[in-house]
This record gives sequence, C-alpha cells and structure tokens, in this order.
Amino acid sequence: MNAQSIHARLSRPFRPWLVAGDFEAIDPWIEVKREGLPDIARYLRDQRDLWFDLLHCITGVDHFEPDQQKAAQMERPPHIELIYHLSSTTHRHRLALKTRVPRFLEEEPSRLPEVSSVSSVWSAAEWHEREVFDLCGVFFLNHPDMRRILCPEDWVGHPLRRDYRLPAEYHGIQSR
Amino acid sequence: MFSERVQPENVEFDVHTDEMLINMGPQHPSTHGVLRLVLRTDGEIVTEVTPHIGYLHRCVEKIGENLTPRQFLPYTDRLDYLAGMNMNLGWALTVEKLLGLKVSEKTRHLRVIVAELSRIASHLVAACCYGLDLGSFTPFMWAFRERELILNLFEDLCGTRLTYSYITVGGVTDDLPAGWLQKCATFLDQFEPVIDEFHAVLTSNAVFIRRTAGIGVLSPTMALDYGCTGPVLRGSGVDWDLRRDGEPFCTEMYEDYTYQVIAETDGKYPQDHPYPPVPPAARLGDCWHRFYVRMLEVVQSAFLVRQAMEKYAQAGGKVDEPFPLKKKLPKGEAYLETEAPKGQMGFMIISDGSPVPYRVRVRSSSFCNLSVTSELCRGVLVADVPAIVGSLDLVLGEIDR
Repeated sequence: MNAQSIHARLSRPFRPWLVAGDFEAIDPWIEVKREGLPDIARYLRDQRDLWFDLLHCITGVDHFEPDQQKAAQMERPPHIELIYHLSSTTHRHRLALKTRVPRFLEEEPSRLPEVSSVSSVWSAAEWHEREVFDLCGVFFLNHPDMRRILCPEDWVGHPLRRDYRLPAEYHGIQSR
Repeated sequence: MFSERVQPENVEFDVHTDEMLINMGPQHPSTHGVLRLVLRTDGEIVTEVTPHIGYLHRCVEKIGENLTPRQFLPYTDRLDYLAGMNMNLGWALTVEKLLGLKVSEKTRHLRVIVAELSRIASHLVAACCYGLDLGSFTPFMWAFRERELILNLFEDLCGTRLTYSYITVGGVTDDLPAGWLQKCATFLDQFEPVIDEFHAVLTSNAVFIRRTAGIGVLSPTMALDYGCTGPVLRGSGVDWDLRRDGEPFCTEMYEDYTYQVIAETDGKYPQDHPYPPVPPAARLGDCWHRFYVRMLEVVQSAFLVRQAMEKYAQAGGKVDEPFPLKKKLPKGEAYLETEAPKGQMGFMIISDGSPVPYRVRVRSSSFCNLSVTSELCRGVLVADVPAIVGSLDLVLGEIDR
C-alpha cells in the first residue's frame, strides 16, 4: 500500500486529525494532529491491511532560527516536528508519520511541550521517546519511565534545540 | 527433631535473601564497551535489569548539523567501529537517496566486496568474543587472526585499519590497488575451511550449548515490538533482511546476487550445509540461535564477496568520483536503513538547500537491540546476563552516538 492509499484509508475514521501529506516526496509522509497520534498509531498497527509492526525511529526536529533576520524569512512559525518511521514486515510498505508540537508549552520557555507516548503501541518507542526528550526537549505523556537517556540525569538543557547553549561548566569541568 | 524429614524444595521456599543491587559495568569486560547494567538480584536470580547508557555520547547528530555530508563521513565509521565500511555505506546511500544519485556498476560491485568483508570481520568478533564471554578463549584468538587478514586487506585499500571512510557519498575514494583482488581471493581460499574449526570449537561444544541453548528466548513478536533487527531478529525466526526486503536504494546494490537470508523458518535453516545441527536443547530465539545465524551469515558473505569480485572484474569503466565536498544539497529529507552487521542502521538527512544539512539523525540498530535486555533478563541467573547481553552483539559507539 502506498502513502496515498494509506492516507485514504485513514481519512475515514480520522479525518479531523489528518493535517497534511506529501506523497511525491522522497519519503512520502502524512502529518497528523498530536491529539490523534496514539489512536492513529494503534490503528496503523492493528488493522490487518496496514499492520505496521515495526517502529524504526522517532526523530525530533527543531524548526527554529535564533538569528532574528533569518527568522523573518522562515516559511513556517517555530515548532518541533516529530517524525515516526514505520514499516510493515508482512505487507512490506513504509510510512513516515509526522506530528507537530509547539516549542514550549503555553509559550512559557520553562515548560516543555507535551505529546502522548506511543510506547504502549510499540515498545521500541520507549527508548526513542526518552532520546527525543533528552535531546530535543519534548515531554511524552503516559510514558513508563521518562528520564534522560544519553546525557547525565542532571544535565541542563536539550542539546538538539537550535537555541541551545553549552553550559559553561558541569560539576567543575569547564566546557570552554 | 531430626527425624522430621523436611523436603528440600520446601526449605528453598522459606529462605528469603535480601534484594541486592549489583552494578555491572561501565568497565566490565563482558559488556563490550562502556555499558552499565544495574541488576536487582534475589540471591542468584536477577529480578530486574536496568541498562544505563550514554558514557560514549559524542553528539554525532549535532556534529552532523555543522558539517557537509562528506565532512561528516569520517564520523560515521566511528559509530560501529567494528564495521566502519557498513556505516560509511549507510550514510553514503542516504545522501545519494536525497541527491537521487545512482552509482556505476563497477562502484556497486566494489561496495559489495568491502561491505561484505566488513560484515565477516564484524560477525567474527561478535561470535567469538561471545565465546570469550562464556569462558572459551581459543576461538577468540582464532577469530582475531582471521579478522587481522581482513584488516590488512582494508589497510592496503585505504590506509586505515578501522576508520576507513572509504565508501563515500557518490562513489568510493579510490579504485582497488593493483593485485588486491588476488589477495582477497587468497584470503577467502584460506578462510572458508577455517569456519569449520569455529563450529567445532563453539557451535557443537557441550559447555557452550549449556550456556546458550534455551537462554534469553526472544519471541518474534517481542523482537518486532522492540524494533530488534539484524541477526537478533533473524535468530527469532523472522525472515527479514534489508538486502532483500529493504527500500530500492538498498536492494539495488544486491541485484543479480545469489545468497540466502539466514533465518529458521518451518523448523529448519534455509540451506543444507555441513555445519552442526541445532541441538535439542536450543529453542528458536535463544542465545544459541542468534550466534548460529551470525556464523551462517559469514558463509553467505564470503559467497557474496566471491560473486562481487567476479562481477567487478567484468564491469567496464571507472569507479565513481566522490560528490564535491561543499556542493549545495537539494531541499528535502531522506531516511534510509541498510543492513549493517548489527542490524538495520538508519540515517536521516534533512536539508534546507544549503551544503550543510539542517538535521542529521542516526538510528542505531544496537540501541533498539539493547532496549529488549530488561525483558530478556527478567528471572534469569546472574551468570546468564553476560550470555544474553553478549548474544545481542552490542557496540556502544553506535548506541551512544
């Protein structure tokens, strides 16, 4: 099944949640609203003709430009994009599922954006979500163990954010 | 009072030892790098295992955002440093997918030669270091002797023994030096008979079978659920190999090649081979099967190298020149997974039209394979933990990135 027919298949039960899609891209993708993500994920895994049994990867991309002048030229407002790469070993089809979260919860720079975890759908998501939380700063709700995974637990900041500054020191270790 | 006979099994139930937390690692020989496992033990029984990773985190994805794809290439072979060629190949193919670039026939066959040799080297380390974890030293030395010959071949080819950066975006750095194919054929001629020795000393070894058969059984469903790939997935009987089942960009490389995907389906392995049969104690998906799959894949890889050498010699023309170092990339995003020795290695490149990617993502196979450890190690003996972790063939450089 190609991305277009998957989109058509999803549009019946989930029409209000489907935002966009590009079927001509190198990797065809479908973007959904983040409220609908867990339901759509479960549907993609459980329907016999879709059967996405393998979650390859979750990628967080920070779309933000710290430079004011360049920021004015950005096509889209700042946001974080989450990309879920899925495939089915039975039907041999692939899909990139995207969703968009704001950079901060309620525009408050101290609060991380939230999105529902899909770790109850694919256990592989458990560690991938921890990594996205650690490096991109997105909090996953209903995750069994939301901790940092690559950085130390007392690390400050989320390194793959575009406006990240390396702390000047960490436990007495100078960073520059 | 001694006349009262107490059944031994009843006594066992009455004994309660305190729970103990045991740190295994980060400097523990059987963790193959800096992996720390915290074991919660009740006597000899492990009730919970929590892996802690990140000791080798080198910000690879962040580095990728600041370098052009060819400048980033030397960082990729430091991910899985036991199979640098396959890491280079994964990144090169991903960028080529974004560029829409197809390499020449000669380059394609050359890439198959080095990628499969690299797979042999990696599987040798995996299989025989596993022997070392379980207390058998000899096969480890034998494997390193053979691997050394492969590294010598690679040194002739590109000057380095581990961090090759040989397969690059758009092609390879240089053609084969004169007489290289002859050396490679000599290596294969002496290597193929040696495989029997590994089987004699490990696969059919009674101690090895007792340590691995029926230990750490991973069901196919759980393997897929946790995103396990490569020999770990095939060891659970899932017939899935990206060289055959992947995206066109990955499968085109292996077009016209004959080889078997090694996985037990319908209770048997695909080909009749002279190697020891599956012992009765082994269960599909256990440590023994994961080991066995790797040992059989080595034979297939050697076979692929032979085919590729022939095809390379017949192919006309030159090998492709690398993509310019600082040329602008087209706008777009591309994600590609290739079949690396440890599993499916994925790279993603997002470009905004400048020579430097906007975002680089590395999906590590060992990362997902490790995440299943806490499931596999629940309720096993302490001594089985190294057996299970070793059978997953982890490389921490790739997990921590």
